[in-house]
Amino acid sequence: MSRIKNLRIKNVSLTMTIVLFLVMFIFGSARYDHFFSLSTFLNLFNDNAYLMIAGIGITFVLITGGIDISISSTIAFTGVFMAFCLEKGMPSYVVIPIALLIGVIVGAVQGSLIHYYKLQPFIVTLAGQFLMRGLCVVISEASIPITDPFFKFMALGRISIKLGDSKALNGKIYYYVLIFAAVLVTGLYVLKKTAFGRAIYAIGGSEQSAELMGLNVARTKIGAYIISSFCAALAGVVFSFYTLAGYGLQNMGMELDAISSAVIGGTLLTGGVGSVFGTAVGAMIQGIIQTIVTYENLNTWWTKVTIAGLLCFFIVVQRIITVRADAMKGKAAAAA
Amino acid sequence: MKKRLSKLSGSQAFWPVMIFLAIILFNTIMTRGEFLTISIVDGHFYGRIIDIFRNGGKLMILAAGMTMVLATGGTDISVGSVMAISGAIACSIINGNLLPGLGGNVAMAIILAILAGVTCGLWNGFLVSQIKIQPIVATMILLVAGRGIAQLITNGKIITINSDAYYFINGGYILGLPFPLYIVLFLVGLLLLFVQKTAFGLFLESIGCNPLASKFAGIKVNKFLLAIYTISGAFASVAGLIESAGIKGADCNNAGLNIELDAILAVAIGGTNLMGGRFSIFSSVIGALIVQSITTTVLALGVPAAYIRVLKAVLIIVICLAQSSKFKVSLGKIFVGKRGRKEAVAL
Repeated sequence: MSRIKNLRIKNVSLTMTIVLFLVMFIFGSARYDHFFSLSTFLNLFNDNAYLMIAGIGITFVLITGGIDISISSTIAFTGVFMAFCLEKGMPSYVVIPIALLIGVIVGAVQGSLIHYYKLQPFIVTLAGQFLMRGLCVVISEASIPITDPFFKFMALGRISIKLGDSKALNGKIYYYVLIFAAVLVTGLYVLKKTAFGRAIYAIGGSEQSAELMGLNVARTKIGAYIISSFCAALAGVVFSFYTLAGYGLQNMGMELDAISSAVIGGTLLTGGVGSVFGTAVGAMIQGIIQTIVTYENLNTWWTKVTIAGLLCFFIVVQRIITVRADAMKGKAAAAA
Repeated sequence: MKKRLSKLSGSQAFWPVMIFLAIILFNTIMTRGEFLTISIVDGHFYGRIIDIFRNGGKLMILAAGMTMVLATGGTDISVGSVMAISGAIACSIINGNLLPGLGGNVAMAIILAILAGVTCGLWNGFLVSQIKIQPIVATMILLVAGRGIAQLITNGKIITINSDAYYFINGGYILGLPFPLYIVLFLVGLLLLFVQKTAFGLFLESIGCNPLASKFAGIKVNKFLLAIYTISGAFASVAGLIESAGIKGADCNNAGLNIELDAILAVAIGGTNLMGGRFSIFSSVIGALIVQSITTTVLALGVPAAYIRVLKAVLIIVICLAQSSKFKVSLGKIFVGKRGRKEAVAL
């Protein structure tokens, strides 16, 4: 019964999100010349691939009812770390796996502290954020450019997509967008089709019940934090493809963008409900707001204010739906 | 043993004060006494210690407000943004950009800035208590939007002002002591009086331990939450005034950036349980002094500022582990053996 309702909550949010995206796209197309084109659409992926990857990772943690505010620092750290190692002459096929491994280790440590010692996720990942950000600056205070050929290849290589002869139907995606596609597909598969994924939803619904049902809560919860940090490290890799540099103060506060993407995409911050697809759409909404603000030639801070407004709206709507679902559950229980 | 334990736990401020004194002692030895010297120039006191108190003023105020929020089991991560808003409003009014009808009246600017802080706090409190959104998420909205709002107020510029009356908030002296110290004494004193002389503090602890039980016991939980977030917002706006008076202008990008984390750290060092429940405002204020003196120490030792963050991260984890009953149990298993484990479980 409650599962049906959870599905409904998710669907309402997700439908609203998709409709909102379409409305914004139509609004932009009607208002500005050259807005309506395949390249505008594809650029949303090109410019936000790293945010989407990080958002998909954090969705796992949010569904378990936790939070991870260390991801922006992890992104910055992997960026600086890779740039530093590449500068010292290490080959990219060694550096990238090490960076990803760092992500796994960070997630494992944070997850273990949170699960085994019952510390608040917020505080632990806050410490993680401080630590990684501090280590960035310890490695290098200045921005380090990346000149490695593989990184350049990934940064510049792109696929042209032609749907027709008109200019509006032409666009291109960079190779690193394919990484995002792979993450999205894997995320969808893991969350929907594996026992691990179902355990994540179960823990978000009620950790105690999940434990009593005999699910391996420790493995699942720590796994979620590992996925989050791993995705952040991967986002760091993609981000350094995007910028071809590693800089320690990069992406300050980006975890909030990732969390907002998830919320706008229908993830309940109380846990138990959410989807990686929704998060991807949420990130695209942020991207399109950014695009519209640029087209409108407004102060870029309007982006933040608009996103916060949307965030507020979605959270309140979710809250109302949950309250109503609870009330209905209460009625059903009384009737029984 | 029991007596000693209860005596120790009875004074939550004991360890924070000890740590603070230890840091000062360490500094005094490292600088061969220079750290403690206080010189008098033009009738004002100068010295490292005075600096810690003056620069720590903002953090002490924030920590006091944050303590109450954390005591209810919530968090307020929007304080940095509220600081930016209050600084932006005050400076824009004094500058004449905002509400030129006031003619740059400093008193009105301060009042309106604090009112803005109160409004921000009310908004947070409304979301938490009425709509029942988790505190971290509710305050995140303002964290994201606040800095943007501040930017819109100042039109995206860094505003500089020229007003000696306004500078006084940070740079002024009364009886030789810096003015921010008096603000801290006034606000914290008021809060302590309120919390200790009325049932407010007791109710706070009760809400932090179990909001549902408190509600059944007849405490108006929602009103309390609203009040607490409002106080936190108001305190943040005062801290924002001190900050902007310090830089003689409003810098919306950097005013109070990441200070919410320092404030939470200060409260944690003060020994308040971050899950809610037992709290001590005085300990948190000492905690804020510790955070400030760590910063001063690290800078005085010539260590790059970057290490401060790493140090703080380690500190947060160590303190949280020390508070975690699970950790005590596993420590007991490893080091103390059977007897220790029993005691740890009893804790």
